[in-house]
Amino acid sequence: MSTSTTEKFIPAKRYNTIAFALMVVGVIAAISLFVTTGGEGNHDNRARFWASLLQNSVYFLLVVNAAMFFMCATTLAWGGWQIAFTRVTEAIASCVPVIGVIALVILLALCFGDHHTIYHWTDAEHVAHDPVLQHKSGFLSKGFFATVTILTVVLWSFLGWKMRQMSLKTDEGEVVSTLEKRKKFVWNNTVMAALYIVVFALTVMSSVPWLWIMSIDAHWYSTMFSWYNFASTFVAGMSLIALYVVFLKNNGYLPLVNKEHLHDLGKFIFAFSIFWTYLWFAQFMLIWYANIPEETVYFKPRAEGIYSAIFWMMLIINFVAPILIFMSRDSKRNYTIVTIVAVLVIFGHWLDFFQMVFPAVSPTKVPMILFDMGIGLGFIGIIMFVTGKTLSKHALTARNHPFVKEAVIHHT
Amino acid sequence: MAIKKFITGNFYEEAVLFPAVKKVRRAGYKVHDVYTPFPIHGLDKELGMKDTDLHIAGFIYGITGTTTAISFIGWALARDWQINFGGKPFFSLPAWIPIMFELTVLFSAVGMVLTFCWLCQLAPFVKKDHFNPRSTDDTFVMAIECTDKTNEAEAIAFLKEAGAQDVQIQSRETGWWFGRYDRETVRFGKKVAAV
Repeated sequence: MSTSTTEKFIPAKRYNTIAFALMVVGVIAAISLFVTTGGEGNHDNRARFWASLLQNSVYFLLVVNAAMFFMCATTLAWGGWQIAFTRVTEAIASCVPVIGVIALVILLALCFGDHHTIYHWTDAEHVAHDPVLQHKSGFLSKGFFATVTILTVVLWSFLGWKMRQMSLKTDEGEVVSTLEKRKKFVWNNTVMAALYIVVFALTVMSSVPWLWIMSIDAHWYSTMFSWYNFASTFVAGMSLIALYVVFLKNNGYLPLVNKEHLHDLGKFIFAFSIFWTYLWFAQFMLIWYANIPEETVYFKPRAEGIYSAIFWMMLIINFVAPILIFMSRDSKRNYTIVTIVAVLVIFGHWLDFFQMVFPAVSPTKVPMILFDMGIGLGFIGIIMFVTGKTLSKHALTARNHPFVKEAVIHHT
Repeated sequence: MAIKKFITGNFYEEAVLFPAVKKVRRAGYKVHDVYTPFPIHGLDKELGMKDTDLHIAGFIYGITGTTTAISFIGWALARDWQINFGGKPFFSLPAWIPIMFELTVLFSAVGMVLTFCWLCQLAPFVKKDHFNPRSTDDTFVMAIECTDKTNEAEAIAFLKEAGAQDVQIQSRETGWWFGRYDRETVRFGKKVAAV
């Protein structure tokens, strides 16, 4: 076991085999779902197939993008501790273009294809008889949807690539050789991170989940829906980072990372699980209290209808489990417990997205969730493959970063 | 409590203090405490202190708060004096969650502050001896407790060797008392300079 900071990740043969196996599972699940429910004629069935693709691609895109957000937010805050594993965050963020393209294809196909059972507002004939949708036609229009979607994916990918390039440049040592140059590097890095945060605020935190997920229930709206989606995917993204840190640590990589860093990652998962619950509850309680039919229509099938089991189960997984397991200091510093909670949380928020998408698409019966899980595994395979490939390209530690000392002496 | 003998030394640098603590502990001296003007990361570990249990107390206060809130509102609104609020059920849990949350925070916050004061013996009129007033200003003060077996001259030399300055032998009250500093000189029948 080497502890050198210049070391690269060499994926074990088994790692890539698992990644490919998961991708194969995903493809098989998608194909069998298409064969059993797709086909022509039956509108509802076809919607079920596309809804599954929509749920998985949007969820995993937002999750890997959360790693990007974490990197930029900590850069903007001049944080030092995350430098110890910043290459892991970058590697996860490098999945954004790949999954972004997949999501883009699916979203544009939903928008311009003939899949009105998912996005009702794309059906001009339907909108003509629907005064509510006519009012929203500026926002819920094909042109606006396509523009925002393409811009979002392109900007995320571009800014993420820029951040990655900046970080990689420090490895040569030239850009951080003198104090003046280090100051300049930190400044440039901060500016780039700030640009990304602005884009992020205009996309994930405000418009994009409204368009991608909320517009399935086109009549219903909640202004905090995007925030709630952000919290959901940010927790899952932090869990993904924690999983990779634990995995690499167990394989003898990442010499600078110790339990203090893991503790802080655990704190992020813990705190944002509560933040997610706060947003979820704020959205739920106001609607429950006001009891206006046009708003409660969203929660009727979820909280009381056939989806209630999934709805309450995901609340337990996403709130009760992290808060009770992660409350004590020792559990956040324990590799096994962190792994268990991270897996649980990623699954829990996947269920959260499931119950956001499907009650509108399939209101009469809960679809067979195993197919969706299979497609989800496929996306996990893609994340594993791309992340592993990116990790193996460059040194695993940003050893020349100006803040690396802060990461080494980090103490919680 | 009791008046005991201590050997105290001042340190000006963390870089000197940490190895000194290690040396003194390894030599078998009993470090009573190290007084610093601000918290120093890692010093508690170096001194071999165990983690506080304050957070467990906080958790218990918190769930007490939650229980208090839900049982009282539940009793008041669903049992004792049922009021129909816009057709909501009498036991309307979602509406109570903000209050349950607030009481959880209130109980755990107030309870932890009081427990902290109790553990540190902080209260109005409670007085304790200081070893050196500069430990509230600009130096780190280490106090070694003298036992029957301690050779004082040797210990003083050892502490000086470890980098301490202004090393002295002091007799100090280890506990706390109510009242004023100057009265205590009488109370223990022994002259203890008010610091």
